[in-house]
Amino acid sequence: MKTLIARLGPDTVRVLALLLVLAAVVAFFASQIDNYFNARLFNRISTSVAIIAVIAVGQAFVVLTRNIDLSVGSIVGCVAYFLGGLVAAYPGIPAPLVPLIAMAFGMAFGLVNGFLVARFKLPSIIVTLATLAIFRSLLVEFSDGSSITTGSLPPWLVEFARIDAFEIGGLRFRWLVVIALAVVIVAHIFLTRFRAGRRFYAVGSNPDAAQFAGIDVAGTVMRAFLISGALSGLAAFLFLSRFGNITVVAGLGLELSAVGAVVVGGVNIFGGSGTVIGVLIGATLINLLDTSLVRWELVSEFWRDAVLGLLILLAVALNTLLTKRLLARPKTALPPPSTTPPPATNAAKDAP
Amino acid sequence: MSVAAIRRALVSWEGFLLLVLVALITLNAFASPFFLTLSNQINLFQLSIEKVIVALIMTLVIINGEIDLSVASIMGLSACAFGFLFQIGVPASVAVALVLALGVFCGAFNAFFVTVAGIPSLVVTLATLIAFRGFARVLVEDRGIGDFPDWFDALGQNGLLGPLPFAMLLFFALAVFLFVVLQRSAFGRKLYFIGSNADVAAYSGVDVKRIKATVFVASGLVSALAGLLFAARVGAVRGDVALGFELDIITIVLLGGVSIFGGTGTIVGTVLSILIVLNLRNGMALVNITGHIQTGVLGVLLILSVLVPNIQRWFGSLFPRERTEP
Repeated sequence: MKTLIARLGPDTVRVLALLLVLAAVVAFFASQIDNYFNARLFNRISTSVAIIAVIAVGQAFVVLTRNIDLSVGSIVGCVAYFLGGLVAAYPGIPAPLVPLIAMAFGMAFGLVNGFLVARFKLPSIIVTLATLAIFRSLLVEFSDGSSITTGSLPPWLVEFARIDAFEIGGLRFRWLVVIALAVVIVAHIFLTRFRAGRRFYAVGSNPDAAQFAGIDVAGTVMRAFLISGALSGLAAFLFLSRFGNITVVAGLGLELSAVGAVVVGGVNIFGGSGTVIGVLIGATLINLLDTSLVRWELVSEFWRDAVLGLLILLAVALNTLLTKRLLARPKTALPPPSTTPPPATNAAKDAP
Repeated sequence: MSVAAIRRALVSWEGFLLLVLVALITLNAFASPFFLTLSNQINLFQLSIEKVIVALIMTLVIINGEIDLSVASIMGLSACAFGFLFQIGVPASVAVALVLALGVFCGAFNAFFVTVAGIPSLVVTLATLIAFRGFARVLVEDRGIGDFPDWFDALGQNGLLGPLPFAMLLFFALAVFLFVVLQRSAFGRKLYFIGSNADVAAYSGVDVKRIKATVFVASGLVSALAGLLFAARVGAVRGDVALGFELDIITIVLLGGVSIFGGTGTIVGTVLSILIVLNLRNGMALVNITGHIQTGVLGVLLILSVLVPNIQRWFGSLFPRERTEP
């Protein structure tokens, strides 16, 4: 067992622990709710997970570098509104260009965050707390309270979120889902196989050491915020397509879900370790709980948030415990220091 | 007070906040003749009383190097718990006591996961932000509960000492108490110590976990108190009491000069920051700037407040400091 774990590595162990929790949750609800485990569940969960997963992957890049991006909800709201206005005014824009424009918009917002955090060395939690409010007030100012409606959008955009890309045995993969999966896979390969990707881990686990090793720390942090902005922009495109109606409160509170998915997914909030596969499972887990609790007859709908919050806490506690237990092995087989979570007492100093 | 001490006070963050506050009040006074009236000043304080009371205790939490995102949910849960208890026939005075106990429990719940389970407070309180809010909704479902006894409503609405409302007196009492705790007690010194380096504090024999737990419990208790004040002021409760207040509260504390990394900050700074934020919002309302834009302006202010040390350093490097000591 120990040698098997040693060979797998801590990240894989964490993902396996998460899958175990996910399986336990599915098994639990399958025993409680009639006809729970079927293709419709997959279709429903996968569609609603898609948007949050894209945002959460961007968030993961930021959190890996020991920072946090609380402004993603406002970025999604702004980009969805501006993009909606743009395609409504110029319906002739070629369809493949639209998501790219959305990502460029999002990157512009990410640039503001990145500039303040990376260049001026300001704490990201303060900067993004501020830009959360600033971007939202920009939206209010520009929209003047008006909203984007489904009717003003070109038909292809409204249809897009409802079209299946392919189907495997009743499991329907909508384009929304395919895009989200593609983002996760590309991000995973980039983070694990490319030197540029490993830099995010290096910067997060020890910024000073990374600096000495010749890594451009400020540049890496900047790139993390640009990626987070771009993916929030892409999510805004999916959001616009799925909901059609965009008001000034669009995307409000998405930052909580994104950070939630990232921490449940086992990314260390103090940087340096975690996987985007874990983040995808984290997002799925939260969404699965949320959706399943609605259908659980034993609890009324008012119990949803109460149980959800406690289960998130439980999932994180369980994951922390499992990982600690599984990774506690003889010194010779210790993983690199960067992958062990810092002791709780040390946590405060390293806060993002 | 020597000249050097005055100079030091003026270049401190609190001195800077005081200057901003005076400038703001002067501007507002020119903008509207009603601004400087006592009733306007009391009114703008009274309308945010729950937020500013929690900002005081949040100052301690952040100095301690932690964060408590669940405060607004504890406020909501407490207000709803009071409404629920009152509705099932518990006397209001007993309900108040039970709700305060509930606040202590919520704080202890956070403290358990932070200190014993070793999960970062950002994560723990993010989860309890959702959970406590959920329990508030469980208690009142989609109803609104009101018709509290007159004495209870009076706590949030009427003047107690001349025109000063009870809640305001409570705020100043708590501010003085926390000032003494932070600046004059051993507990306060340990709080700063832990915030600046928890490991060194632990090796020096400070009971880090116990002190952190105490601060979280205090945060829960004060948040519950604020929830009760909300119920008393509004005279009714709903599931969305104090929704989203945590962002405003944290903004106030950080603007007051408390470092998000812990170890620095004062109650004086937080109180000045509160006055600035309230007067700024009031002033903007006077010239018809509303809602989200006000919050946006506060966001800009927040960024500027963390930029100032950088600007100071840059400015200082241009002009090598002259000696002020004789």
